[in-house]
Amino acid sequence: MSQGSRLHIPHPPARPGEQPDFSYLKTSPAGAVARPDINAQAHDIEYLSQELVRVLDDDHQATGPWDPHLDPQELQIALRHMLLTRIFDARMQRNQRQGKITFYMQSTGEEAVSVAQGMALRPSDMCFPSYRNQGLYVVRGRNIVDLMCQCLSNTRDMCKGRQLPVMYHWADGNIFSISGNLGTQFPQAVGWAMASAIKGEDRVAVSWIGDGTTAEADFHYAITFASVYRAPVILNVVNNQWAISTFQGFAGGEKSPFAARGPGVGIPGIRVDGNDFLAVYGATQWAAERARKGFGATLIEHVTYRQSAHSTSDDPSRYRPKDEAAAWPLGDPIERLKGYLIANGEWSEERHEALTAELEEHVQAAWKEATSYGTLTEGPWLDNDLMFEDVLQELPPHLEKQRAELRALEE
Amino acid sequence: MAQMNMIQALNSAMDIMLERDPAVVIMGEDVGFFGGVFRCTDGLQRKYGEHRVIDAPIAEGGIIAASIGMGVNGLRPVAEIQFADYIYPGFDQIVSELARLRYRSAGEFFAPVTIRTPCGGGIRGGQTHSQSPEGIFTHVSGLRVVMPSNPYDAKGLLISSIESDDPVIFFEPKRIYNGPFDGDPDKPAIPWSTHAKGEVPAGHFTVPLGVAEIVETGSDMTVITYGTMVHVSQAAAKLAGVDAEIIDVRSLAPLDTETLVNSVKKTGRCVIVHEATRFGGFGAELSATVQEECFWYLEAPIERVAGWDTPYPHAFEWEYFPGQKRVAAALTKVMEAK
Repeated sequence: MSQGSRLHIPHPPARPGEQPDFSYLKTSPAGAVARPDINAQAHDIEYLSQELVRVLDDDHQATGPWDPHLDPQELQIALRHMLLTRIFDARMQRNQRQGKITFYMQSTGEEAVSVAQGMALRPSDMCFPSYRNQGLYVVRGRNIVDLMCQCLSNTRDMCKGRQLPVMYHWADGNIFSISGNLGTQFPQAVGWAMASAIKGEDRVAVSWIGDGTTAEADFHYAITFASVYRAPVILNVVNNQWAISTFQGFAGGEKSPFAARGPGVGIPGIRVDGNDFLAVYGATQWAAERARKGFGATLIEHVTYRQSAHSTSDDPSRYRPKDEAAAWPLGDPIERLKGYLIANGEWSEERHEALTAELEEHVQAAWKEATSYGTLTEGPWLDNDLMFEDVLQELPPHLEKQRAELRALEE
Repeated sequence: MAQMNMIQALNSAMDIMLERDPAVVIMGEDVGFFGGVFRCTDGLQRKYGEHRVIDAPIAEGGIIAASIGMGVNGLRPVAEIQFADYIYPGFDQIVSELARLRYRSAGEFFAPVTIRTPCGGGIRGGQTHSQSPEGIFTHVSGLRVVMPSNPYDAKGLLISSIESDDPVIFFEPKRIYNGPFDGDPDKPAIPWSTHAKGEVPAGHFTVPLGVAEIVETGSDMTVITYGTMVHVSQAAAKLAGVDAEIIDVRSLAPLDTETLVNSVKKTGRCVIVHEATRFGGFGAELSATVQEECFWYLEAPIERVAGWDTPYPHAFEWEYFPGQKRVAAALTKVMEAK
């Protein structure tokens, strides 16, 4: 007998004190998912949005059609980038706890997304990142001192003291400014890609949001415009299971995979193991080639797990089991790539330890240098005049007046 | 010189910019094949192709976001939002993104986007086709906000806006698209050919952003206004029999404070007139500025005439619209103050 309408309020499988439970997670065996031609029609390859593209199996072997067959040297570089990203994150997290910076956001557990994608793209491709894509900066070779100076809002801050920590930008590196408002970059990336096509260039735009942000209108603008105009863009949903305290069910992930939003508007959706470096690389290669050759956009859902807090402002032990990360069925991206290299005789625990020590030293030295350009609590300080610049191209009269008012107070 | 109404003047501005600069693209709902619901982009897609004059999905936030992305990638987009009343789905993209991109990236990124949008009432459009939301945008740092009151300015200001590397919200008072309107709905409509500013150069010219215009010189008082209300104020001054100095603000932000202040210092009286609602409206900023800069010159309290603080009502259009009588009453009031 019908009881009439009753709201379904999504509940995560486990809250603090309960056993982690990822039985909801649908996976496919490594190598099991077919790789279609890059010009396939979205409706012919809907299985890609339901299955899980994986290359690395449980025995540390690469298998199946999505294996990008990268040289060991390149994979060692990838491992280095991921490890540097993680060590950098951990150091900045500590710096925030010690009151050296106001805020931080780690990408722990999600390093393969930015690093594999950054490496699979061309340097000329334009990235529209979220706030958890610091791996892109590492791949594209930005000095981490610059990133630290941004987080410190010091005299070398690329943002001139105007942005929260991690809201980097890098025009020369083709990485767009991070907004801090969720999802706004997604349809902007599509516009950038449209311009690329209008100009007849083969540069591709790439953007990232989290699972929670798929609920925003910007997500729907992006996939609609990308489909309507066949824009050369790769739209990534990093499904790390958690949007601060709400799990992915609150964005509609219980009913249908986020990747399946793609075929709904006529663009392919690929659900990929986000902790599998090779699978992320392979899927990105496919999508980039598809975009570059004029076959349009791809939506990629990276199934991963946010090992750290959302930011330094929340405590995940208040809303999810403490040992949930350890129970995540897709493991850790660094451990998995490391295991693969070791199993193939291209890496060792000793080399890994040595690399870890080297990178920790590198990060330590970078922090020392960065703080020499000023911190929030110790000078040298940014010039207050910088506050009034770049509002418009030229300083308008009313801001000139306000700047003079502040200067007078300082005298 | 050619005779143009405001629609033709705007069309001409976009035509010239599409011709001169391959980076200029137009995007909006119905702007392409159909030429826009108000005909402002008529014929432009035929002339410049579907990749330069682009019909868009019904997604204002998407139109503005895509324009930002295009702007970052070297294009110079002119986005049309079909009615200012529809701009709100794009509000976050305008306020959080377009307006602040240059600032937050310390000048490394910017998007030279012009957003054209018809605004204002007097067309029996009800509450979803009559709004004047300019004050919402003048409050945002990082935007230029413009509203022309005649074909000449419409063309010159639009060309300046498109050529500017700053984002511009370009409001078009739709009641005066086809002719000046003095606020009396019972009079037969008159075309722009009867008005001096209906004479518009056929080629490229600019009206600078950030500069107000003294439309009529006078000695009794200063009327600060813009858009449709420029014409209503002129008629109201005649009705009240006062010698008003009427200033068309044209660029609301950044504001040409100097022109306003010099005028009020001369006349000693000030009336501010706009169609938008009164409370927290742009007139409040104008009034505060005049008070701060001209207090010792004022011989009467500053008067504001604005839309009542209600949503724009369909059936009560002419009781709501700040017409000649309401403006004239304010002009008389500031003259009577001792």
